Amino acid sequence: MKKITLPMSEAVRLSLRAGDEVSLSGILYTGRDAAHQLMVKAIENHEKLPFDVNGQAIYHVGPTPAKPGQVIGSCGPTSSYRMDPYSPILMKQGLKVMIGKGPRSDEYRRALVDHGAVYLDVTGGIGALLSKRVKAMELIAYPWLESEAVFRLTIEDFPAIVAYDSVGNDLFHH
Amino acid sequence: METEVKSMRTIPKDLLIQETERIIIEAATVLDDEVVCRLERHQKQEVNPIARHILGEILENQLIAKTEHIPICQDTGMAVFFVDIGVDLHFDYDLDEALNEGVRRGYKNGYLRKSVVAHPLNRKNTLDNTPAVIHHAFVLGDRLRIRFAPKGAGSENMSRLKMLTPADGVPGIMDFVLETVRLAGGKACPPIILGIGIGGNFETCATIAKEALFRPLEDEAKDPLDRDLEKKLLEAVNALGVGPMGLGGKTTCLAVKVNSFACHIASLPVAVNIQCHAARHKEVTL
Repeated sequence: MKKITLPMSEAVRLSLRAGDEVSLSGILYTGRDAAHQLMVKAIENHEKLPFDVNGQAIYHVGPTPAKPGQVIGSCGPTSSYRMDPYSPILMKQGLKVMIGKGPRSDEYRRALVDHGAVYLDVTGGIGALLSKRVKAMELIAYPWLESEAVFRLTIEDFPAIVAYDSVGNDLFHH
Repeated sequence: METEVKSMRTIPKDLLIQETERIIIEAATVLDDEVVCRLERHQKQEVNPIARHILGEILENQLIAKTEHIPICQDTGMAVFFVDIGVDLHFDYDLDEALNEGVRRGYKNGYLRKSVVAHPLNRKNTLDNTPAVIHHAFVLGDRLRIRFAPKGAGSENMSRLKMLTPADGVPGIMDFVLETVRLAGGKACPPIILGIGIGGNFETCATIAKEALFRPLEDEAKDPLDRDLEKKLLEAVNALGVGPMGLGGKTTCLAVKVNSFACHIASLPVAVNIQCHAARHKEVTL
């Protein structure tokens, strides 16, 4: 298990290989279908993004509402293939780490290699366990999207596995 | 002409709403023992280290969910109901509206995610997870049986239906199911449970596939033809090597349930409804 701090350095990112089990701590941003659509529209309109994606990590998640006393509700990954049309556009803006679940398109994998980016897979359906690894949650943009809004999360020992690395290896085609 | 007037039983609306709310919250946080048992059994049998690790995470997660009342999965689904309505019941209120009120309260008070948009193209969230999908059946007696499942989209999106021809037979069904599971891969959150509908027509086939997912895991189909198909499919699906979360292993599927219905001489409809490992459902009889 490799312990990794987010945002991660270029050296660490390029050293990751498909199949590496990682434990993530630090900062990431949430975003799923609706937020990706809005961010891509902002890029097309030459508008500012709600946060600087350069070197950052986006986690594909829409959590359940936090109960009183909780930081976040259940917060497992959603299926990332739905973000395939958007992710390469964000990579052009410097996005380097995407965290979600499940296999993705060939075009997406090629874009990862082009940009030296990585895709990390988190086990789906373990949102209760993952909620314990989130230490802070802050709303960043698109509050009307409710669970689909963009949040900044501070995570600690968040478990993931490298599914696609920056040199084209693919854990799904083991 | 004299007719005997039978007194009809009623179910107080408040009780129905409260019970609906209760089973929704319980389903979202407590995984059935039979699902847990199967996951544990498969974890012991797995040799692939990543698969074993993932099954361990899934088992640890359901324990945290149950003890701390946190939803097992953040996708607390679209509410699906199968309601069996006793013909000797009388309702002086709108049953569907009462069920939807239960959904409103359950999703709000249970801190569940509201995952329903009002129109597939305007994508505007209804903010209370209504409307629910409600299937009705009339049965003899004076009871109301409500079966509920919060159906997430990860596995639902990977479900498929095909109108085969009679000549395709069992091999055609097997090929279509295996192709569906292969295409779904890790996207459907395996280990999965398969609800298979064969026969009926276009819509019946899909409905009986969905209803198959409500059957207990230990339940075997009554019809020997369906039972045989359940066994063959479970073995074939687990031989695919998809594994937990699509990362390899022999645990791809926990159970296959086949429901069949009569069909047209020219037809052989097949529907494959996929359920993820967070196989949540709950029922109550009032």
